[in-house]
Amino acid sequence: MKRSRRVRDHLLVGLTAMAVVVILGMLALILFDVVRGGLGRLSWRFLTAAPEQGMTEGGIFPAIYGTAIMTLLMTVAVMPVGVTTAVYLHEYAPPGSKLAALVRIAVNNLAGVPSIVFGLFGLGFLVQFVGGGMDRLFNGGELRWGQPALIWASLTLAVLTLPVVIVSTEEALRAVPKDHRMASLALGATKSQTLWRVVLPGALPGILTGAVLAVSRGAGEVAPILFTGAAYYLPDLPHGLSGQFMHLGYHIYVLATQSPDVDATLPLLYSTVLVLLMLTFTLNLTAVAIRARTRRRAGAAAH
Amino acid sequence: MTSAFTEGPRPKLQAKGLTVRYGRKTAVDDVSLDLGDRQVTALIGPSGCGKSTFLRALNRMNDLIPGATHEGAVLLDGQNIFERELDPVDLRRRVGMVFQRSNPFPKSIYENVAYGLRVGGVRDRAVLDRQVERSLTAAALWDEVRDRLDESALALSGGQQQRLCIARALAVEPEVLLMDEPASALDPIATAKIEELVHELKTRYTIVIVTHNMQQAARVSDVTAFFYMGELVEIGPTERMFTAPRERRTEDYVTGKFG
Amino acid sequence: MVSYTGLSPAVTITVEPARARKRQRREKLVSALVTLVGLSGIAAVVLIFVFVGKEALPLFTDAATHAEAGLDKMFWPQIVRAGKPAVFMWQPVSTVPKISMVPLFLGTLKITAVAMLLAVPFGVAAAVWVSEFAPRRLQEIIKPVIELLAGIPSVVLGFFALVVLATTLQDTLGFTYRLNAFLAGVGLALAITPVIFTVTEDALAAVPRSYREGSLALGATRLETALRVVLPAAAPGVLAAVVLGLGRAIGETMIVLMASGNAALVSPGIGDSARSLSATIAAEMGEVVVGSTHYRLLFFIGVELFLVTFVLNSVASAWVRRLMRRVSGAGVPQ
Repeated sequence: MKRSRRVRDHLLVGLTAMAVVVILGMLALILFDVVRGGLGRLSWRFLTAAPEQGMTEGGIFPAIYGTAIMTLLMTVAVMPVGVTTAVYLHEYAPPGSKLAALVRIAVNNLAGVPSIVFGLFGLGFLVQFVGGGMDRLFNGGELRWGQPALIWASLTLAVLTLPVVIVSTEEALRAVPKDHRMASLALGATKSQTLWRVVLPGALPGILTGAVLAVSRGAGEVAPILFTGAAYYLPDLPHGLSGQFMHLGYHIYVLATQSPDVDATLPLLYSTVLVLLMLTFTLNLTAVAIRARTRRRAGAAAH
Repeated sequence: MTSAFTEGPRPKLQAKGLTVRYGRKTAVDDVSLDLGDRQVTALIGPSGCGKSTFLRALNRMNDLIPGATHEGAVLLDGQNIFERELDPVDLRRRVGMVFQRSNPFPKSIYENVAYGLRVGGVRDRAVLDRQVERSLTAAALWDEVRDRLDESALALSGGQQQRLCIARALAVEPEVLLMDEPASALDPIATAKIEELVHELKTRYTIVIVTHNMQQAARVSDVTAFFYMGELVEIGPTERMFTAPRERRTEDYVTGKFG
Repeated sequence: MVSYTGLSPAVTITVEPARARKRQRREKLVSALVTLVGLSGIAAVVLIFVFVGKEALPLFTDAATHAEAGLDKMFWPQIVRAGKPAVFMWQPVSTVPKISMVPLFLGTLKITAVAMLLAVPFGVAAAVWVSEFAPRRLQEIIKPVIELLAGIPSVVLGFFALVVLATTLQDTLGFTYRLNAFLAGVGLALAITPVIFTVTEDALAAVPRSYREGSLALGATRLETALRVVLPAAAPGVLAAVVLGLGRAIGETMIVLMASGNAALVSPGIGDSARSLSATIAAEMGEVVVGSTHYRLLFFIGVELFLVTFVLNSVASAWVRRLMRRVSGAGVPQ
C-alpha cells in the first residue's frame, strides 16, 4: 500500500477519533466546572433548608420537594397510560392494523414536539380549558383551577414523557419470549390472564426503566412548566394540587438570568445545578443498569 | 389423499378432512385419522411435512398465528373443537401441550406447576399443594424438587425443566397430552427418562407425540402416522409401520432413504 | 422411579358454557379498554394541535385582531417611522406594536445554523469512529457516556453557556456582545450532538457485516470501507439523524433563552444577539394579557413550531424506514 495512502488514512481516522475526544472533553468540562463550583455549598443543610437572604444563603429544599412532588404526580399519570398503549401496540393490535400504525406515527411525532409547545398546550388546554371549566362548574367562576398549578404542570409533563414510557415498555414486552405466552395459553389461560400473570411481570424491568427515564426528563424540563405552575419563591411548600411549586430546573433558570446580584447568588446557583445534575445522572445510570441486566438475562434465557 | 384408520380402542380425537393453510401455503392437506384413547400415537415425517402444524391444530394453537386458516373438523369425544360454542380456553384445559424447547415461567417451581390451576380459578391452597405434588410425582420429578419448590424453575437442568413442563401440563388434569418433539433438545439420559415417563402416562392419558427420531417413535408409540408434504401417507400399528409398511414412501422414509 | 397409580381426578376445573361466556365477555372488555387507552397517543397530538391552534385562530378569523396582526404584518416589511424605509421589527410591547416574525425566523436560523455546523460533523465523525474503528470494549463504554451527555437537562447546558462559555468566547473571539447567536449555537450544539451521534451510530450498526467484509476482502482499508461502503449504505439513517437534530435545534428553548441575548435583530452577524421563535414564547408569555393580540401571536408561533417539527419528524421517520428496507432487503443473497 502506498505510503501516502496510509498516512492519509491514519490522519482521517485520527480526525474522527478527535471528534469523540472533543465531545467527551466537553462533557468532562461541564462536569468538572459544576462540581468545582457547586461542591462548596453542598451539605445536608443545603438539601433540607429553605432559601434565605434573597437566595444567597440557606438551601433549596422547597425546590427539591416541588420537583419530587411534581414528578410523582407525573409518573402516576403517565405510567398507566403509557404501559397500556404499549400493550395495545404490541399485544392487541392486529398485524397490519391501520389504527396501530396511526398511533405509532402520533407517538413518534409527540416525541418531536418542542417542549415550549407543550407549555402552550398546558396553558391553552389544561389551565384555561379544563381548569377554567372546572372553576365555572364547581367554584361558581371563582379562580382556583384556571391558573398555573401543580396539577397542570404535572399533567403537561406526563404528556411530554408519554413517548418515553411507551418506547421503553414496548422494548420490554418484546424481550418476553414468545414461548412463555404460548405455554400460558396452552395451559388454558386467557389472553388477559397471560398478560397479567406472565408478560407484564416479565417486562417489569423495562417498564421500570421507562419510569426512571420519564422522571429524569420531568426533573430537568423547564420550558413546559414556565407558565403552567412553576414559581421562583414561595413562602410555603405547596399544600394542594391547585398551588404553585418550586422546581430545581426553573430555579436554575431564574437564578441564572434574573438574579439582582449575580455574584452573591452564584454559589447557590452552582450548587443547585450540581444537585440537579447528580439527580439526573443517578436516574439515567439506574435506567442503563436495569437495561443492561435485562439484556444479559434475556440472552441467557434464549436457549 | 386421505387415509383412515379405525381399529382397536375407541378414538378419543378424530381428524376429519383437516386442512390447515398459512396464507396461500397448505401445511396440512385433507388429513383424516383417529387417535385412540389411552394410546400413544407418534407422528413422524421429514421437516416441514406438517406434523407439528397438525399437532397444533388439535388444541387450536394455530388460532394464534395470524393468517392461519383451516377446513374440516376435529372431534374430541365426538364434539367438533372448532364449533363456536366451544371456548378454545376450555379446550386447552382438556388437551394439554408440551413444547419442543422447555419454557418454564420465570417463577418458582411450585408456581409453574400451579399456574394452570390458578388461571382456572382454583384458590384453595390445600388443593393446589396436593395437585402440585401429584403432578410432579407423575412427571417423575417430585423426589428431586420436593425440598426446593420455592426456588426458581430456571435453576433446574434442561431435562428437569422439560419434566417440569410436563408436570405443569398434567396439573390441570387434561385428557389428551400433545408433545411436540419433547426430547429433541435433551441429552440421551434425559431423553430416556422422558420416554419412560410417556410409557407411564399412557395408562391415564391419550398421548400424541411428534418426533423426528424414528427409533424413539418405535420405542414409545403404539400407533405411528407418517406425514409427507402435508399429507397423511400411512398410519398403522407401530410394529407394522416399521417392519412392513404398506406404502412405498413410508418404507423409503423408515429405512432412511430420505429425511 | 416412583410410579403413579391412576386415581380419579382430584380437581375438576368446571367447564360450563355460562362461565365460558362470562370469560369471553371479560376478554372483549379488556381488549376494548386497552384499545381505547392505546388511542391516547393520537388524542394527545390532536389536542395539542387543536388547543394551541385555537388560541391563535382569531388572528385569522376575527376582523379586529386580523387588522392588528395579519400575515402581511408578520412577514412583510412595515413602515415604522414616518419618512424612514420599511423594516422588519419585532416589538409587540410598544405604542405601535411591531410584529414582524422575520427577525425571529432569522434569529432561529442563525442559531440553528451554528449549532448544526458544529454538531453534524462532530456527531457523525464520532459515530463513524465508534462504530467502525473502536474496539468492542471501548464502544460499550463510550456509547453510554455520550448518552449521559444527552441526559443533561437543557437548562444546565444553558447555565453552562451563560456562566462559563460566554466570557471565554468573548475573550478569545472578541465579540461585542457577551450573549449572542454564536454562543447560543455552541450551547445548542452540546445538546444535539448526542442525538445525531446516537441515531447515526444506530444506522451504521444496522449495516450488515457482509458489506464490510466484502469491501475488506477486495483490499480496501477500514477507512475506505467506512467512507465508501458503510456510510453510503447508512445514508438514509444518517440523514434522518441530521433531520432529527435539526428538529431538536429549532424547538429547543432554554439554552437559547439563556445564551442568545434575546434581542430581536435583523442582522447577518452571528456575533450579534438574536432571538429565536421558541425563546420568544418563553420570554414574553409570562407578561402577556390573556386573549390579547400579542398572546395570540405567541400561540401562532407555537403553531409554526409544531408544524415545522411535524414535517421534519415525518421526513426523518420515512428515511429511517427506507434505511431499514434497504439493509434488510439487501441482506438476502442474490
